[in-house]
Amino acid sequence: MVMVNEGELSRFEVEVEGWAARDDSGILSPINFTRRKTGSNDVTFKVAYCGICHSDLHQIRNEWKNSMYPMVPGHEIVGLVTEVGSEVKKFAVGDRVGVGCMVWSCQQCDSCSEGQEQYCDKTVLTYNAINADGSPTFGGYSSLMVCNQRFVVKIPETLPFDAEAPLLCAGITVYSPMKYLQMTEPGKSLGVVGLGGLGHMAVKLGKAFGLRVTVISTSPKKEKEAREVLGADHFIISKDQKQMQDAAKSLDYIIDTVSADHPIQPLISLLKVQGKLVLVGLPENPIYFHPAAVISGRRFVGGSSIGGVKETQEMLDFCAEHNISCMIENIPIDYVNTAMERLGKGDVKYRFVINVAESYSSPTAN
Amino acid sequence: MVNEGESGRFEVEVEGWAAKDESGILSPFNFTRRKTGSHDVTFKVAYCGICHSDLHQIRNDWKTSQYPMVPGHEIVGTVIEVGSQVKNFAVGDRVGVGCMVWSCQQCDSCSKDHEQYCEKVVWTYNGIYVDGSPTLGGYSSLMVCDHRFVVKIPECLPFDAAAPLLCAGITVYSPMKYFQMTEPGKSLGVVGLGGLGHMAVKFGKAFGLKVTVISTSPQKEKEAREHLGADNFLISKDQKQMLEAARSLDYIIDTVSADHPLHPIINLLKVNGKLVVVGMPEKPISFHPATVIFGRRFVGGSMIGGVKETQEMLDFCAEHNISCVIESIPMDYVNTAMQRLEKGDVKYRFVIDVTGSFSSPKAN
Repeated sequence: MVMVNEGELSRFEVEVEGWAARDDSGILSPINFTRRKTGSNDVTFKVAYCGICHSDLHQIRNEWKNSMYPMVPGHEIVGLVTEVGSEVKKFAVGDRVGVGCMVWSCQQCDSCSEGQEQYCDKTVLTYNAINADGSPTFGGYSSLMVCNQRFVVKIPETLPFDAEAPLLCAGITVYSPMKYLQMTEPGKSLGVVGLGGLGHMAVKLGKAFGLRVTVISTSPKKEKEAREVLGADHFIISKDQKQMQDAAKSLDYIIDTVSADHPIQPLISLLKVQGKLVLVGLPENPIYFHPAAVISGRRFVGGSSIGGVKETQEMLDFCAEHNISCMIENIPIDYVNTAMERLGKGDVKYRFVINVAESYSSPTAN
Repeated sequence: MVNEGESGRFEVEVEGWAAKDESGILSPFNFTRRKTGSHDVTFKVAYCGICHSDLHQIRNDWKTSQYPMVPGHEIVGTVIEVGSQVKNFAVGDRVGVGCMVWSCQQCDSCSKDHEQYCEKVVWTYNGIYVDGSPTLGGYSSLMVCDHRFVVKIPECLPFDAAAPLLCAGITVYSPMKYFQMTEPGKSLGVVGLGGLGHMAVKFGKAFGLKVTVISTSPQKEKEAREHLGADNFLISKDQKQMLEAARSLDYIIDTVSADHPLHPIINLLKVNGKLVVVGMPEKPISFHPATVIFGRRFVGGSMIGGVKETQEMLDFCAEHNISCVIESIPMDYVNTAMQRLEKGDVKYRFVIDVTGSFSSPKAN
């Protein structure tokens, strides 16, 4: 467990209020800290809403063994621009903008030049990371964000502001592999494992791409909503061996969003010949499957991590065009610890979004 | 055990060698094949490669073996008769048969020329043919096969060295084409330098790739570089070498059939890299999800290749003068060959000189 130097909290000029976890209990509480003044390439915005991602839960509790405290989480951040730097042409005061999981990358490597900054060796994450200037990064459970323009996206006017916030991580995390593997051919079949923040977006995007969508879940009570509200065509209980056998070799693709440990081989059996399974959840333990499961049908198992900035903008524009946004539960910031407990039990439809603006009635931005 | 009557069911007498039980010891075996049907091609077997699958199956490693088993699915020979409906082949043609002798011809896989993924595919040996008879492979004097599963062996390829292309060759060629590993300048890793591995190196160089061999045997390095043209060679158990080569490969073909850890191999892949498993280890593959998530890497498998693709590969080999590095043996050496194969003691494929072993085949 690494502690951030106290001095880092007051290093800069602009005072900001937020909530932070102080240690690996993960309990969040109010914190005051500072952010840099708007630099020539920066966009500064008053945070309106911030989604709660499962990664926030993992990291406040140091489950990935790389947490620095105090930690201000939040990487599904939307708000209104209050200031732009002199070199910033694409954004103006008053614009609706957002920042996702990254705030910096090298801009020179293959991944950066392909618009896939998340695979750059030097990517700086929005929180729990170290900036180019050596300061720790603090995320969107806070009143103000200052971010390099290259990592800021425009949030379309036509979608509800709060329901767009989770697109910046949950949305792009499923959109990116769906585009990469060309899951956009109408009539093909997509399986979505797990119906949470990522899963429900995969269903919505899948239907928008014209796919037949099957939800694979452990919770029978999610079926009604999956079919009636999200538009899923089929629903299978993963522990029901007969249902799983009946669905063998029926899916062109599977997106597995589940972050709890779970067996992969039964899911591979659902894939058609040449089918592909993409892991986007991060279970703790290794996965196992027999080589025959992939050899006998030229199937592939892989993974994908969030998405690039340009791709994120493309996804937002696609969502605006198809009227797609996330299903959320809007909460005040002081509910956040309860929200984390409920998230740990999967008790949310399907993403908590913190109403930051209302939680801080008078942000102290300069 | 196959019903005794099956071996004498048909009209044409054939000599071969068979395993009689899961000791895997092979010995002479006389049996019969059907007369040339209207869609059949009948050929006198010249050579047959020994595939690692033959070793697995004679010993019942995969728990699916039927005895007596006549193995062999890398079979080449000269046509002696064709059926009335056969237009593509003529008496005297040099032909070959690989791992399949039948498929349904109607499913998605068949219509895409991927017969190996058809649910009704019949294997060249240790399968059951559509007439209910057990299929018996190329360690025998004569083959009778439906013309749809017969390929032409180009004249300019050495006949014996072409035989292993029908399984070892196509097993690596197929995924290399599927993943478009044909862009010059890209980097390919080949794990294991045996029958499949050495063909992957040869194809890789022919496609213009930079090829790295990953092996457990330092003594294979000289030959890998000097004879096969590999650009780099890594010892998989040398952690320093493996770390230095991290994220350096666009693709990896893993040909190893012994159990081995996959995690260090996945780490050799660049972002968006793909690892294709073509060997069949016994135990499950295992890796941490983070290994594939942070880098959008994929791990999958591939199995032999379709008939049309096999013909395409043979023509490619003829054009680029590619054939297998082999050790030619008489049929009665086969049990010793199996023992040596198990220890990896072969450069890089045994090929049985069948014609030389059966002086007067009893074909009608």
